[in-house]
Amino acid sequence: MDWMSILQNSFTQMVGVAAVIYCLAALGVNIQFGYAGLLNFGQAGFAAIGAYAVAVLVVTAGWSLWLAILFGIFGAVIFGLILGVPTLRLRADYLAIVTIAAAEIIRQIVRSVSLNDYFGGSDGITGKYAAAWYDLNPLPSGIDIAILRFSKNDLWVVLNGWTLVAIIALLTWLLVRSPWGRVLKSIREDEDAVRSLGKNVYLYKMQALILGGVIGSLAGVVFAMASQSVQPDNYSTTLTFYVYVIVILGGAARVFGPIVGAMIFWFLLVFIGEFLNNAVRAGYISSDILGTDQIGQIRFMLVGLGLMLLMIFRPQGIFGDKKELALDER
Amino acid sequence: MRSGFQGDVMAAETQRPSKRPSQPQTDWARGLRRVGAAVFGLLLAGGLAVGPALAADTGLKGALTDPATQSGVAGVVITVTGEGGVNESATTGADGTWKVTVPGAGKYDVTLDVATLPAGVGLAEPDKFTRTVNILSDGKVQTVLFKLGGGTGGSGGSEPADTKASKWSQIPQLTIDGLIFGIVIALASVGLSLVFGTTKLTNFAHGELIALGGLLTYFFNAVVGVPLILAAALAVLASAFLGGWFQNRVLWKPLRRRGTGLIAALVVSIGLGLFLRYFFLFIFGGQTRNFEEFAGQAGIEIGPILITPKDLVSSTVGIILIGLTTFWLLKTKAGKATRAVADNPALASASGIDVEKVISTVWILGAGLAGFSGIMLGLQVGVSWQMGFTILLLVFAGSVLGGLGTAFGAILGSLIVGLLVQLSTLIIPTELKYVGALVILIIILLIRPQGILGKRERIG
Repeated sequence: MDWMSILQNSFTQMVGVAAVIYCLAALGVNIQFGYAGLLNFGQAGFAAIGAYAVAVLVVTAGWSLWLAILFGIFGAVIFGLILGVPTLRLRADYLAIVTIAAAEIIRQIVRSVSLNDYFGGSDGITGKYAAAWYDLNPLPSGIDIAILRFSKNDLWVVLNGWTLVAIIALLTWLLVRSPWGRVLKSIREDEDAVRSLGKNVYLYKMQALILGGVIGSLAGVVFAMASQSVQPDNYSTTLTFYVYVIVILGGAARVFGPIVGAMIFWFLLVFIGEFLNNAVRAGYISSDILGTDQIGQIRFMLVGLGLMLLMIFRPQGIFGDKKELALDER
Repeated sequence: MRSGFQGDVMAAETQRPSKRPSQPQTDWARGLRRVGAAVFGLLLAGGLAVGPALAADTGLKGALTDPATQSGVAGVVITVTGEGGVNESATTGADGTWKVTVPGAGKYDVTLDVATLPAGVGLAEPDKFTRTVNILSDGKVQTVLFKLGGGTGGSGGSEPADTKASKWSQIPQLTIDGLIFGIVIALASVGLSLVFGTTKLTNFAHGELIALGGLLTYFFNAVVGVPLILAAALAVLASAFLGGWFQNRVLWKPLRRRGTGLIAALVVSIGLGLFLRYFFLFIFGGQTRNFEEFAGQAGIEIGPILITPKDLVSSTVGIILIGLTTFWLLKTKAGKATRAVADNPALASASGIDVEKVISTVWILGAGLAGFSGIMLGLQVGVSWQMGFTILLLVFAGSVLGGLGTAFGAILGSLIVGLLVQLSTLIIPTELKYVGALVILIIILLIRPQGILGKRERIG
């Protein structure tokens, strides 16, 4: 058992690139699900729009990176409108079905063979399209200290990523304590009461859906720039399910919930994976019972089980307030 | 390795333009495993960075196959021109394959020299001897397809008219395929819709009940060694017990007692589905397998349509099961009680109906029917760990189209979705046929959110 490397990998991933990406997506879902009570199960679709906008527009159309990012955000706004118009007047579970279907539509389209020339099929697109951003990197080298190890590029991604997270968290904090945020929370608690006060509930829900979606598309942008490649199957429903685990783990309707949730989630996920992997290799667990290729499956099972148990026994997560969660009606 | 994967998909798509969902399903399975492996691999590496692929290997490739003999066509010259003054040629080998290496990503024109085609072989679409291909990533070998047909090299004559006619003559076959697929969806959606009607649970783990039926049948059939028909019966009973009665007793009934809200229950079902799916993968492995019997059955021709006996028998049984369910709902006391609970649980309870008993019955019935739907699907496209999740959204589409909460609506809606999925391949590429159905789902919600048979107030 190489405890040092297990811990180093776990702590690195706790604040690593994956944690940044999932944290951003979770910040978006927190606005939708936590504050407005909207069940958006299509966050993977929003992320895919951001990621593909960057990769496709820079690689095939030759746009500048910054313009492509703006276009990705614009795409997320349009996608939010398309999803919101038919469903936001209906009960919450209809939105869940439609958003999960829409995210699947996007993934199937970008991975289709017929559109290979634009989206690269199931292989996606790999290229140096984020070079303009990596060129700005002033860091002399990566770091490798006791518990953290980042390459130069990863360190640049992580530093920028957490800065973005901090800005969005600050904006969320300002927004939810504004009058707008109070209306949003009261819609979650009792839609009819808000409507009878003369507020346009539909409009507020739409704004929340779009705002959360735009943040989700930024997660995709960071994903695409960090890995310099996009692959359609990275944007499957599993991404959305992970994001919900993160939001609920940290505590929905708490500004810091998604951030803490993402860190704990990735620490545990990597730690369990590394631990089992080391245990199998060292012979503590017989490889007849558990092959190294099955460790990923065990982790998925634990995520599913964790989501169930959290929702049943501690729906408010670590920091949440049970009174603030309107999970019973609508 | 990557390009090989790509090639497989394309080859399969062109050989079997209108087969039932096998293609997307295996795609998905493979895709997800790739993601799993990729995520795991990158975690081991300790970072997300996916480095640039090997630049040495960028290129174009393909294979020419004579449709008449199914053998490769040799000696055909293919020229690639484009980006950076590239002008390379290749000649197909004995197996019909060719490959051209290019310096990097970019746009290339690929031209097939029609004059070099052997006599009796021509392009299926004679005017399409040049393709413009866009290679998006360095290090990618992209497959370019030239579809061959009969006729002499160069002059295809009336080929386009022929392909158009054959397209329309596919309608009877696609209709039958669509109806059979619709029955598969209908069997699953009855349970989903009834559970929703009686408990208001939007069950995202319903797909796993479909998979359970298929996997249990495979277990009894291939592992225990029971004949398939008996194995199917055992599997339906076992999934009704395990997936229905047991699941309700252990999970949902206690949750109802605790007063768990609708959204919380929905999220729980997502967690359960995720857990079960990877549990199936853990036990069963990632490959798609067939039952021991009837795997490669030949079809029988009835007029313009081709149908395998196994599909004929299994869909007849499916229709009988749907008929029995309908009869049960309409004519028996328990069925009437079920509809009463679905309509108004409080009133039903007040008039002396044991609501919990009805819910338990609905779970048993729903899980059994979903199990049989999994067996039908397994007969058609093989059994895999996520066969249920693959069609879950279509099951939802069928239920929502007919009116969520109504059993008859679910059946009607599912048949329509099944037909839509198959018939849409006339217009859109086969690989996108599920997308068409999902787009319809969204449009239905826009126009008539309560569905065809649903009541307005149900959608709140």
